[in-house]
Amino acid sequence: MDEEYDAIILGTGLKECLLAGVLSKEGYKILHLDRNAYYGAESASLNLKQLFEKFRPEEFSSAKGGENSSKESEKVFEEKLKEKYGRWQDWNIDMVPKMMMGNGLLVKLLVHTGVHNYVSFKASEGSYVFKQGKLFKVPATDKDALRSPLMGMFEKLRARSFFVFVQDYDETRVETHKGYDLRTMTSRQLYKEYGLADETIEFIGHALALYTDERYMDFPAIHMVKAVKLYEESLARFNTGSPYIYPLYGLGELPQGFARLSAVYGGTYMLNKPDAEVKWNEETGEAIGVSATMEDETVGAGEGEEKKGPQVVTAKAKHAIVGDPSYFPKHSVQVGSVARALCFLSHPIDNVENAHSVQIIIPASQVGRKNDVYVFGCSYMHNVCAKGRYVAFVSTNVETANPEQELASGLSLLGTIDEKFVHICPIMAPTTDGIKEKAIISRGYDATTHFESTVRDVLDMYRRVTGKQLDLSQIDANEAATE
Amino acid sequence: MSNSSHGAQQSQTQAKLVLLGDMGAGKSSLVLRFVKGQFFEHQESTIGAAFMTQTVTVDDHVVKFEIWDTAGQERYHSLAPMYYRGAAAAIIVYDMQSQQSWQRAKSWVRELQRQGNANLVIALAGNKSDCKDMRKVSKEEAEAYAEEQKLSIFLETSAKSGECVNDLFYSIANKLPKQARATPQEGGRGGVVLDANAGQNRQKSQCC
Ligand SMILES: Cc1cc2nc3c(=O)[nH]c(=O)nc-3n(C[C@H](O)[C@H](O)[C@H](O)COP(=O)(O)OP(=O)(O)OC[C@H]3O[C@@H](n4cnc5c(N)ncnc54)[C@H](O)[C@@H]3O)c2cc1C
Ligand SMILES: Nc1nc2c(ncn2[C@@H]2O[C@H](COP(=O)(O)OP(=O)(O)OP(=O)(O)O)[C@@H](O)[C@H]2O)c(=O)[nH]1
Ligand SMILES: [Mg+2]
Repeated sequence: MDEEYDAIILGTGLKECLLAGVLSKEGYKILHLDRNAYYGAESASLNLKQLFEKFRPEEFSSAKGGENSSKESEKVFEEKLKEKYGRWQDWNIDMVPKMMMGNGLLVKLLVHTGVHNYVSFKASEGSYVFKQGKLFKVPATDKDALRSPLMGMFEKLRARSFFVFVQDYDETRVETHKGYDLRTMTSRQLYKEYGLADETIEFIGHALALYTDERYMDFPAIHMVKAVKLYEESLARFNTGSPYIYPLYGLGELPQGFARLSAVYGGTYMLNKPDAEVKWNEETGEAIGVSATMEDETVGAGEGEEKKGPQVVTAKAKHAIVGDPSYFPKHSVQVGSVARALCFLSHPIDNVENAHSVQIIIPASQVGRKNDVYVFGCSYMHNVCAKGRYVAFVSTNVETANPEQELASGLSLLGTIDEKFVHICPIMAPTTDGIKEKAIISRGYDATTHFESTVRDVLDMYRRVTGKQLDLSQIDANEAATE
Repeated sequence: MSNSSHGAQQSQTQAKLVLLGDMGAGKSSLVLRFVKGQFFEHQESTIGAAFMTQTVTVDDHVVKFEIWDTAGQERYHSLAPMYYRGAAAAIIVYDMQSQQSWQRAKSWVRELQRQGNANLVIALAGNKSDCKDMRKVSKEEAEAYAEEQKLSIFLETSAKSGECVNDLFYSIANKLPKQARATPQEGGRGGVVLDANAGQNRQKSQCC
């Protein structure tokens, strides 16, 4: 490990692994470390043992028992889990529940890098939106939309002309702009042009453009229009009634897939380095290397060579040290928090046609909030839990001092809950772009339902590391097949 | 990848096969010998190959191996669980000239018995049999160990001379359950394939 690398990456979250994969593929010599013994950092999917260790350490340690040897007591705990939930290895519970837009940036990167070959995906079965106490299926086709009870007849006609405009809109072709300059006009103004009612606007902004709050209304309409187009294109891509896909074995497969890509191109991986630490040049403020304790590395060396025992080793980085904010406490601040509840169920979520995977959007205004509440469901069909079980996630941006209460509207949709883990995650963000410090830090994972902002952050990190743009417009992942 | 594309009577199984073993044991060399019939005296430590495929036929049954090499992630004990997922078979390779690689092989067996799926076919390969006079691991010891651990296959191989390399892969193909093992890639309701090369099958369809 005590060599020089082009970049050293800390933490194996999705963002870090994505960057590692892309950089390695371009010939960068990468060293990638994680303090944990598993891949994924904040964005890992945890097995049942890791889950209890993290959220119910008291149960985990009491099962471990005092005098028993730790191996023996771990066995006892495994048995206890098995009785209730089957094999602990069969569970893969996402720490940051999201889904992938079928035509989104992450899919483009997966195909571009070939990482889609390592992972299998299933289409999500449906998207629902919560309105006046009831769930409505988000229409997937124009026929659906005309039948949907979400809008009245006249509103449907107005909405239809709006959607025709959006579908035809092409930023590069002025004739599709209908005289509107979407870079100066706000979403609010565009909606007004089409005379759309408030509830239609709520549906478009939250169930299709997937904004988490109302701030977008006063930004240039181009972003909203592109977001609605992304939704439509993602729907059309798989023709499954939902724009989303989800990886088998959970989202934790994604960082693993990109880490493998990096390793295939020569990246060096070291997990389980709890003392991994950035080394700084005190005078210039630059990050110069990373230190960590290494076990004796006589592997591969001639036999009979002397064992030296563990040693603290420092690796140097030529271009940058990259990592999640937890490795850069002095260069990060908290910018918000997300409340998440993970729930085990023994049945599909109520009122969603027994879907094995589903997303439900509860627009903020429907429950007197500023931020939407999201519900995701998946099941044993996705190899994330034992046969016959279902997993549901409820999440939202925290607004009050009682975050658990803020999840209530989502939790009440689930039906009987067997087990519930609630956690409040601070969202950390870098205080610097890190170019001067040679310390490129990712932002924490936000509350959005999908990975668009995640990939955007990675693209920006790529620019900060290399000084170049990664051009995704060249990458066409449109072609796809549904089995 | 469909069952019918390989002649009328033949059924096809797709099987993920993973290689494990100490650095330098000869994992990549075994794959290269099997897939391309080549051997390099100075094989580079694995870089640049994610997986290779090779098809074998046993009794009119076609097995398409998707062979995963470790990409060096095992070096610092950092292999991802993804590596084992859905694997139908594993070859654990050791260099018969090295006690250390034998010890590592045994720890891989333990790891697989813990992490791998229950009906995983495990093969143990004592590699570099062209260097028998330098051996540090006896055939008897390895054989006894394989039996004790109920491993499906034990063979001494040489990627250099080719000895028993085909045997190794054919024995694995033989031990695989005959019914086509649908890989998750294709199987199940709602499975999707992301593929840059597939033809355009998008329909102009409108959301609302
Ligand atoms: C707190 C906040 C403040 C903002 N302030 C401004 C502002 O002052 N001026 C302004 O012009 N814009 C603002 N935005 C909007 C956002 O920054 C722009 O969408 C962003 O600049 C991307 O522009 P683009 O043209 O590259 O991407 P686009 O082409 O607009 O978007 C492409 C795709 O990415 C998705 N996407 C874009 N931005 C986000 C996002 N933030 N989160 C999730 N998905 C996203 C879209 O849904 C779309 O599908 C703000 C957003 C937030 C959250
Ligand atoms: N004599 C002899 N040498 C072999 C044999 N198989 C592999 N080698 C040599 O052993 C060295 C290591 O082989 P690799 O195939 O790279 O081993 P590996 O297990 O893939 O190693 P890593 O990728 O580093 O984990 C190379 O120099 C090979 O040429 C064999 O059967 N006989
Ligand atoms: Mg190799």
